[in-house]
Formats: sequence, C-alpha cells, structure tokens
Amino acid sequence: MSSADSTEIEKSEDSSPVYEFEKSLSDSISKKFSNVEIAYVKQNRIRVNVKKEEIIDVASFIRDELHFDHAESVSGVDYPKDKQIEVVYHLGSYTDPLLSKQILALATRTQREDNPHPGNDSSKLPSLCDVFPSVSFHERECFEMLGVYFDGNPDNRRLLLPEDWADIPPLRKDFAIKGR
Amino acid sequence: MSQKLPPGLQLEKVDDRIMTLNVGPQHPGSGHMRIILKIDGDYIVHCDPDPGYVHRGEEKMAEYRNYITNIPHLERPVIHDSCNILYPYCLGVEELLGLEVPERAKYLRVIAAELNRCVYTEYWLGIYGIFLGHSTMFMWPVGDRELLIDLLDKMTGARVTHAYFVPGGVRNDVPPNFEDVCLRQVNYFEKRLKEYADVFYDNPILISRTKDTGVLSREDAIKLGTTGSVLRASGVDFDIRKKEPYDVYEELDFQTNVLKEGDSYARSKIPWLDMLESCRIIRDALQKMPKSGSVRIKLKPKPKGGDTEVYHRVESGRGSLGMYIVSNNKPEPYRLKISVPSFRNLIAMPHLLKGELLGNLPPVYWSLNYWPVEADR
Repeated sequence: MSSADSTEIEKSEDSSPVYEFEKSLSDSISKKFSNVEIAYVKQNRIRVNVKKEEIIDVASFIRDELHFDHAESVSGVDYPKDKQIEVVYHLGSYTDPLLSKQILALATRTQREDNPHPGNDSSKLPSLCDVFPSVSFHERECFEMLGVYFDGNPDNRRLLLPEDWADIPPLRKDFAIKGR
Repeated sequence: MSQKLPPGLQLEKVDDRIMTLNVGPQHPGSGHMRIILKIDGDYIVHCDPDPGYVHRGEEKMAEYRNYITNIPHLERPVIHDSCNILYPYCLGVEELLGLEVPERAKYLRVIAAELNRCVYTEYWLGIYGIFLGHSTMFMWPVGDRELLIDLLDKMTGARVTHAYFVPGGVRNDVPPNFEDVCLRQVNYFEKRLKEYADVFYDNPILISRTKDTGVLSREDAIKLGTTGSVLRASGVDFDIRKKEPYDVYEELDFQTNVLKEGDSYARSKIPWLDMLESCRIIRDALQKMPKSGSVRIKLKPKPKGGDTEVYHRVESGRGSLGMYIVSNNKPEPYRLKISVPSFRNLIAMPHLLKGELLGNLPPVYWSLNYWPVEADR
C-alpha cells in the first residue's frame, strides 16, 4: 500500500513539474515584452516565440540582462500549411555558470512564398548578427536551405549548396527527394 | 567585364598585388573543402572558407525515414565518431517516446562513446602530424587506434560505422570476456599515449611552429560561439559531460582539461589530454557497470513521436553536438537539425587566419579540429 502511495505522489509531481529557475527566466522576458509568447518551460529548456519586428530587442535583452552569450544552432522549419517559415535560434551561455545547462530557443516566423525567389521575395527576417556574431554562418545556411533572407547579415551567400543550384531551397517541404 | 561570375570567383586587376589562392577543394586535409585566401606576399589578408563539397543532405533524408531507419545514415557525417553523433539523436528520440534506458546500456554507451572519441582523435592527430611534416605522428596514432577499433569491433561487430546506439539502449550486449580485454587494451593504449609527449608535444620543432600561432582570445572564443577543444584551449571551462551530464557521466570520475593560451599548440594538446581522460572514464565505467541485465528496451515498429520538439546535446570528439528534433505525431521527424561542432568552429577560421603567414595555415586549420564531412552534413 505504501509503495502504491509513493508512486502516486511521484506521478502527480511529474505531471505538473515546476522548474523554478527556468520559470524565473521566462517571467523576466514576458514581464519586459508583453507581446512574446512563452511556448514551453521544460527542464533546462525554454522556448520563446516572438514577432519578427521585436526579435532584435528581445535578443538584446536576452544577451544583456539574462547573459546568454552564443548561439548553439539556428534552424529553419518550413510550415507550408501556415504559409510561414520558422527560424529557431538555440542560445546558450558559456560565461554564466547558472545557465550552463540552459538552452533558450528564440523562435520567429516569416512569410512563405509558393514560388520563392530567395533574397527578392517577402521571406525576410532581421539578422541577429549584431547581437550574436556566432549566428552568421548558421543564417547563411538557413538562407540557402529555406530561402529566408536575413536583413543585416553581411554575408547572404551560398555556403553548402553547389554554385549552380537552380532549384527551390531544398529544405522546403515541397522539394521532394527523387524516388520518395 | 560586367560578366556575372559565380560567388567566390572574381576578376582581378593587373596591378593588383593581392593574389587569390585556392587551397583545395581537393583535400587540403581530410575531406573536400576549399579555403579561398587572399595573400599579400606571404601574409594572408583575407580568408573565405568554402565548405559544401561533401554535402549529402542528411537533414532532408531524415525527414523521409522513420526514427529507427534514420540511425545508419545519421552516423555518416563522421564515421570515426559515429557513436557520438548518434548519442544526441537517441537521447532526443528517447525523450520524444518517453523511454527509460536500462542501467547497463547507459554504461555501455559511455564506454562506446569514449572509445569512439579516442578513435576519432587519433585519426585527427595523425593528420595533424602529417600536415606538419611529422610522419611518426602519423604512423603512431593510426597504428594505436587499431587497438580501440578492435574493441569496438568486438562490441558492435563493425570497425567504423557501428550503428550501435538505438533509442532505448544499445543494439546488443558485449561478449563475455569483453571487460578484461577492454581493460588490458585501454591500459596499454594509455601507456602509448604518454609516449606521444616525447616525440610530439615536447618536440621543439612542433612548439616553435605552433606556439603563439593563431591566438584566439577568451572573449572571441565565446563571442564566436566556438566549442569543444577550441573553446577549452582558450580558457573557457565548458564540457557538456560536466556541465549538462547525460546518461551516467555524473557518476564517473574525470576532469575537464582547460588551457589558457588559446594558440595552435594549446588547441592541439587539449584533444590529447582528453584521450587520457577518456581512458580514466572507460576504466571507471567498466568498474561501476552492472555485470548483467537488459541493454535495450523493445520498441513497437515505427514508433511515433508526440506533437513536440526536443533539443539534446552531447560532447563529441570535436565539441558540443546538438540535435533539434521537431515531431508531429508521425513515425518520421518533421524536421531534424544537426548542429555540428565542426560547422560552429568554422567561423573561427577567417578570424584566426587573417594576418597570419601562409605557412601557418596547416597548424591553424588543423588545430580547429575540423572535419569537413561533418560540417557539410
């Protein structure tokens, strides 16, 4: 009986765990910016969705006040149903020992065009190069793979794809692998 | 003259004293990668790395395959370190599917990951040696890594592409006498590693070529978001195994190696010190590992991840290796992003090479612990 009780208690704790430290970080962001949406607060992981107009301000706040200092990864995700492309910056910290386990995902979305002209269409986002210099190559990769142009990135050039690549950006969902 | 040329190529004026030099794309070292240099006499004034010659679209391929059939192709970007590139993937899928890995499997994973780290580092060290014209430092590591490849062969059945890690544990248990053989070979390997100091690391020729070459300051290392040995050679104490321990690393006895110099010599020494640390980890793990028990939990065919996303990272042979998996209730990932350390450290290359002598290109390039195939994915 006692063992059954203890498992029940553990379960109820697990179903709604509260991560105090992570919560305090996300609260400080939502207190400062009323428009941001905190998508989730999990153990060592926070995700913040922001509008593209606000991303530089939020990123600067995250760097200066919360002490995240570098980008681990920048990922573009294509959502053809929403007609949007999402860019997720995974930010980490080397300098603040309290944050060494934390990864903060800062996500924003831009318009997606059915007939993309990378660089010359409405799929554009402000670059975070000036806030986090470590994103520069990642943004270049995102530009060629999904066709999102980063305003302010000094180097929106091809990186991994062949120089004569003439097809649509390959990580878009409507680019199909042959035979699949 | 207004003809449009592909990116990376441009026409030069006759009176231009700056010369453009293409290093690569045919093997400036391990894999195909080009470095476009602009040189003024013997000095590099501009450096533009041009990766992508071995881009294989791993991220796109992953969207077409289910969580289990993704395993063999995901280790291809860095076959010498295949356990470590599958590690974050397995941790991520386990979180998506809500799996709890058996205790013995966790230890086996740590042992395989550490053996693989040494196998990779030995290969890298061999190339680093030969590119500095030190052929003994090519022969020794390439010979010594056979010891560990042998062990991994016994564990997994394959010499390099192991596909040993699966979501929920490891593919199979080790043979009965594995612990003894492993302990013996790792002890001998450690003895050999210590001999490298005499022939290589204390060698005045190596020291004169690499000391104070390509110095990366602590601030720049953080600002550029470098990782692994590059970061730790610049005085930042950051190792994912210590900072965000996964599986059983918390219970094992080891330390992080940090050097303050930030030069090419420090960057080449950290991986060697890490290998010595790996030997300690393997011995400790062999001792603490449960002697029997399950190594894998059974999965349903084509398991489905929930409607969520995960980001997991581990310390690979080159640094922090992260996987971002977006799932949408399907057996295949909706999006899989591999954030590889080689790609992250590439940004330091133009920064370090600007203003260096052309002759310092090999010691700087190779000290970045760069693996072109991994960076291109």
